[in-house]
Amino acid sequence: MSPTDLAIDVTGVTKKFAGKTVVDAIDLSVRRGEIYGFLGPNGSGKTTFIRMLCGLLTPDAGQGTCLGYDVLTQQAEIKRHVGYMTQRFSYYEDLSIRENLDFIARIYDVPDRADAVQHSLERLGLQNRSAQLAGQLSGGWKQRLALAACLIHNPQLLLLDEPTAGVDPKARREFWDEIHQLAARGLTVLITTHYMDEAERCHRLAYLAYGKLLARGTLAEVLAGAKLNTWSVTGPGLLELAAGLRGRPGVEQVVAFGNTLHVSGRDAAKLEAAINVVRNPRHEWTRVRSGLEDVFISLMDEAKDNFA
Amino acid sequence: MSAATLHRLSFYRLWAIVRKEFIQMRRDRVTFAMMVGIPLMQLMLFGFAINSDPKHLPTAILAADQGPFARTLVAALRHSDYFALTQEPATEAEAARLLQLGDVQFVINLPADFSRKLLRGEQPTVLIEADATDPAATGPAISAVRAIADTVLNRDLTGPLARLRAHAGPIDFQIHAHYNPENITQYNVVPGLMGVVLTMTMVVITALAITRERERGTMENLLATPVRPVEVMVGKILPYIAVGYIQVTLILLAARLIFGVPMIGNLALLYSVSLIFIAANLAMGITFSTLAQNQLQAVQMAFFFFLPSILISGFMFPFRGMPQWAQWVGTCLPNTHFLRIVRGILLKGNGLAEIAPEIWPLLLFLAVAMTVGVKRYRQTLD
Ligand SMILES: Nc1ncnc2c1ncn2[C@@H]1O[C@H](COP(=O)(O)OP(=O)(O)O)[C@@H](O)[C@H]1O
Ligand SMILES: [Mg+2]
Repeated sequence: MSPTDLAIDVTGVTKKFAGKTVVDAIDLSVRRGEIYGFLGPNGSGKTTFIRMLCGLLTPDAGQGTCLGYDVLTQQAEIKRHVGYMTQRFSYYEDLSIRENLDFIARIYDVPDRADAVQHSLERLGLQNRSAQLAGQLSGGWKQRLALAACLIHNPQLLLLDEPTAGVDPKARREFWDEIHQLAARGLTVLITTHYMDEAERCHRLAYLAYGKLLARGTLAEVLAGAKLNTWSVTGPGLLELAAGLRGRPGVEQVVAFGNTLHVSGRDAAKLEAAINVVRNPRHEWTRVRSGLEDVFISLMDEAKDNFA
Repeated sequence: MSAATLHRLSFYRLWAIVRKEFIQMRRDRVTFAMMVGIPLMQLMLFGFAINSDPKHLPTAILAADQGPFARTLVAALRHSDYFALTQEPATEAEAARLLQLGDVQFVINLPADFSRKLLRGEQPTVLIEADATDPAATGPAISAVRAIADTVLNRDLTGPLARLRAHAGPIDFQIHAHYNPENITQYNVVPGLMGVVLTMTMVVITALAITRERERGTMENLLATPVRPVEVMVGKILPYIAVGYIQVTLILLAARLIFGVPMIGNLALLYSVSLIFIAANLAMGITFSTLAQNQLQAVQMAFFFFLPSILISGFMFPFRGMPQWAQWVGTCLPNTHFLRIVRGILLKGNGLAEIAPEIWPLLLFLAVAMTVGVKRYRQTLD
């Protein structure tokens, strides 16, 4: 793969705050036109990593390129071609939607500014609200405004930091449709999220915990790489069953899903031994594919044992 | 897109910031009302003056008579606390110039026939020309001069000369108060308020400008765009220059219409110089906002700057009445120089040549504040 096919190509990126390593030697390659999901618990360093990509923070170690520009020295060029949607809404609440878009368009010196603003209002269905102050918008509309604003200068790379937190399911669905359309036109998207359904809509994923990249690849690769075994059980008295299973050697997760219980562990033999102890004919046990959430929780537990 | 183009200051981006600040200013009615309300309130509050008793006022002596009585009087003045005989100009024109430049507070004129007239009991006339722009500074010294003359001359007037003491006073002191002949304190205070009001409001408003963006999270967005520090600074300063000019105009109108302050000098000159002063204060505020962690700290810093600007700039107390260290600190404050400029132009009719010595310190202050501000403004969140 030639380097120009990579929108993001960094190695060993590290950031410390007051001696604490928040991002620890992360390597990441993202192909152009790809939707790359970035997952991890709160405080795992996702926001810090994104800030280093777009020139808001200087890495303490590591190197690489973003859109072909050096992340250490060409931050000004990177800023021109990246659209960054911050985790916290960061447009002016005392400006209207149109004024906010106009301001950003002016800052980027967008050609045909008036058209660009109008077009972006229409595409995101904001034209009827264009005179409304941003501070009066609900979460979903604020998110649309933020997306419109970070697209107005036609960036090649979108960095979206938890864009759908606090947004209702329908608005989330529409948001993701929009992201897929953008990616189809060649835009690269790096997106952080806590939602598993969103993670499954990404082309590739990375999972971060304690500043370390614990897994990456396509959905199938991540699931396979985790080597997690999961059993599903249905029947009466699941609550007691769960209590009986928790804490047994080999049982790492016991999670209730409505009328079924998922029991997972990395060591297949130990897990089966544990299940055999509590097994009785009233329950029906089947082996199932581990879910992404099970995998991530397992990865985090493992990381906690190793690093924390 | 070459690196050179990227690093040049862009007027598009600058204008974007200016427009945004104007819109936000328009939306923030309360702050705007304060900008207009503060000058009016201060005009009312400071309609009354604070007096004090300044000493060691620089004085020029024009002694045409070198006789023993004249020398006694000069020596007595020199030893008094009120006068510091700093200059001995050769001509009256030179003396007048010293007064206009503010180098001396008084010119004392001993006529050639001083000793002769004194001996004849004819009450020689001593003319004291005073820069009465600030009546608080000159008043006590002028009252002191008569007492000094009486005591020292009475000591010399012995024997046959003792009869000369009988007079109400052996010397006829004529006081010629320049610039503010009626010693009206408001003439001094009201023009002085201009600098005080501008210092108070301009520093605070920009001190908040960047800390507010940081607190609301909009700074992160701004930093992620190609906008450069100098564009942010200048873009935030320009709109408030307009506000500063509204304040200047309000105070001048009040000075003229309510307090009847004379305006001898060139108002266009005053307006032009105000630009430097307003910009200097705005730059100071911007610098504070790059140092402060939050809006409260920014306001506190602005307040710490405001206090000396009102207390030791020559606004509250006559500059020459202050201890030396206070005068040194005062000299570093833009308001000190601006006060002299405003009073000089309005009350003395000073032109560019006379106020030039006060302009360059303002320019220096502006340059330093702006440089520190731009250097301190962080391009990243590190
Ligand atoms: N500017 C900063 N100074 C000090 N610590 C920071 C700073 N920014 C983030 N951190 C710390 O770094 C860790 C990672 O934060 P962050 O990147 O925001 O994680 P995430 O986005 O994955 O939730 C957290 O423990 C956070 O407290
Ligand atoms: Mg975050």
